[in-house]
Amino acid sequence: MPLDAAGVHARLRDRFGEAIGDLAGTGRDASCSVEPARIAEVCQFLRTEPALRFDCLSNLSGVDYPKRNAIQVVYHLFSYPLRHWIVLKVDATRDDPVVPTVSDVWSAANWQEREVFDLLGVTFTGHPDLRRILMPEDWPGHPLRKDFVEPQEYHGIATSRESLLRT
Amino acid sequence: MGLTGFEVEVQRPAESGGFVTEDMTLSMGPQHPSTHGVLRFVVRADGEVMKEAIPDIGYLHRSIEKIAEKVGWHGFIPYTDRVDYVAAMFCNHGWAMAAEKLGGIEVPKRGEYCRVIADELCRIHSHLLSVGSMAMDIGAFTPFTHAIREREYLNDLFEELCGARLTFHYMRIGGVGWDLPPGWTDKVIHFLDRFEPIVDEYDRLISYNKIYAERLVNVAVITPEEAVDFNLVGPNLRGSGVSYDVRRDDPYSIYSELEFDVPIGRGEMGTLGDCFDRYIVRMREMRESCRILRQCLRQLPDGPVIARVPRTFKPPAGDCYVRLESARGDMGWYVVSDGTAFPYRCKIRTGSFAAISMTQHVSRDLMIADLIAVIASFDLVAPEIDR
Repeated sequence: MPLDAAGVHARLRDRFGEAIGDLAGTGRDASCSVEPARIAEVCQFLRTEPALRFDCLSNLSGVDYPKRNAIQVVYHLFSYPLRHWIVLKVDATRDDPVVPTVSDVWSAANWQEREVFDLLGVTFTGHPDLRRILMPEDWPGHPLRKDFVEPQEYHGIATSRESLLRT
Repeated sequence: MGLTGFEVEVQRPAESGGFVTEDMTLSMGPQHPSTHGVLRFVVRADGEVMKEAIPDIGYLHRSIEKIAEKVGWHGFIPYTDRVDYVAAMFCNHGWAMAAEKLGGIEVPKRGEYCRVIADELCRIHSHLLSVGSMAMDIGAFTPFTHAIREREYLNDLFEELCGARLTFHYMRIGGVGWDLPPGWTDKVIHFLDRFEPIVDEYDRLISYNKIYAERLVNVAVITPEEAVDFNLVGPNLRGSGVSYDVRRDDPYSIYSELEFDVPIGRGEMGTLGDCFDRYIVRMREMRESCRILRQCLRQLPDGPVIARVPRTFKPPAGDCYVRLESARGDMGWYVVSDGTAFPYRCKIRTGSFAAISMTQHVSRDLMIADLIAVIASFDLVAPEIDR
């Protein structure tokens, strides 16, 4: 039996109580916040509970919110057997964003977490191989942060040039 | 750059006495004819047998997601073409769908039909390159030239439709840029009449050719559970026998009004989920695309092709996640708006990214030559991985 987001949320509330925030948004984009320290536990429950069976981590992304001093990690979960959805949002503090890994729950999380680490600088504790994935190993900073300033050059290669159209 | 992060210990079995072998570390790529773009594998091999092939990506990273934050909603569409240049229509479509969902815009019926016609032509376009280059990678050159011949015809059709042969920039937020040119639908019908028998020709030429199939059957078998766990999508997922297609199971645009089958792998030549199953799913999908195209052209309604959208488009604050079935499968767009004229965040989750993350897992104990068949069967497109 597929559940709607409210049904999934109710089960999470029953099991984890105050660690789960209120349901926000509607339809496919209905989401709830989760306490950062408990995300791995929550995901394990969502994956194994017979009435939920979220066997697919469809998307894992990060969003920088400097005004709230938070980096939000967003999990879009889908269940192939039951065809239902839930979106989880985790707010990590911006100065030292640390979130437990879910790479032992879904293998797909391994590289997606590496991408979020690379581009937003979120440390996923317990990750087996947390290295940069898209940027060079020695790149300074994390480009998708809102306050990222692009360096003028990288190993003597200029990163910008004057426009040829401007005279 | 050295082998940073990939240092491999040379293993010398000291106590075995007698014959001593060493593991060999090979860097395959970033420039290699069969890696489908600029990507690299660090292969640890014992003779011809791989112990591990570690993918190293990022060579084509252009920070397209960061560019989205700087260029505005309309201005980002040409950049989406560059996400997956082999199937650019789908990237246009995904971005437009996300913006429309946030902005609450309804696309006119004819606009949706134009989109689906363009999408399905693009799917054939992409699958032709995929199966053609796959045949070439594993040593059969002629089918590639046949595939490129048909693709050329499609390029001409696209050129007439939107002026570009590869990076289309055809779709807009609210619809498509131009209506179908006069007489164009007849040319599509003509193409379909010509193309459908040619798919059978490909089947005769390569699909069931013993030499070709032997290279693919029982190579890199992926079980349905593994496929879902690694979030494989599209033909790669269906090759493992999971019957899921976003067009059918979570319909968007006008797909709920169309009739088509979703081909899945059955392990007909070997084991379920091997390279052959992933290949044959693509061949069959081309036939289904022809079927969809014929229906669309038959039912094509009149009317406008684009809704009225303000030039400075400012969708209300919020976030949304849309998915569509690209040639490489379920493509996810997570877009956040803060109510301004610039997107706040755009994350593109692509099929190739999931597939390449799996190569390390499936490449164990394969021959080095089989790695080529594996990456070809995943239909990897490097710009789509790196974005």
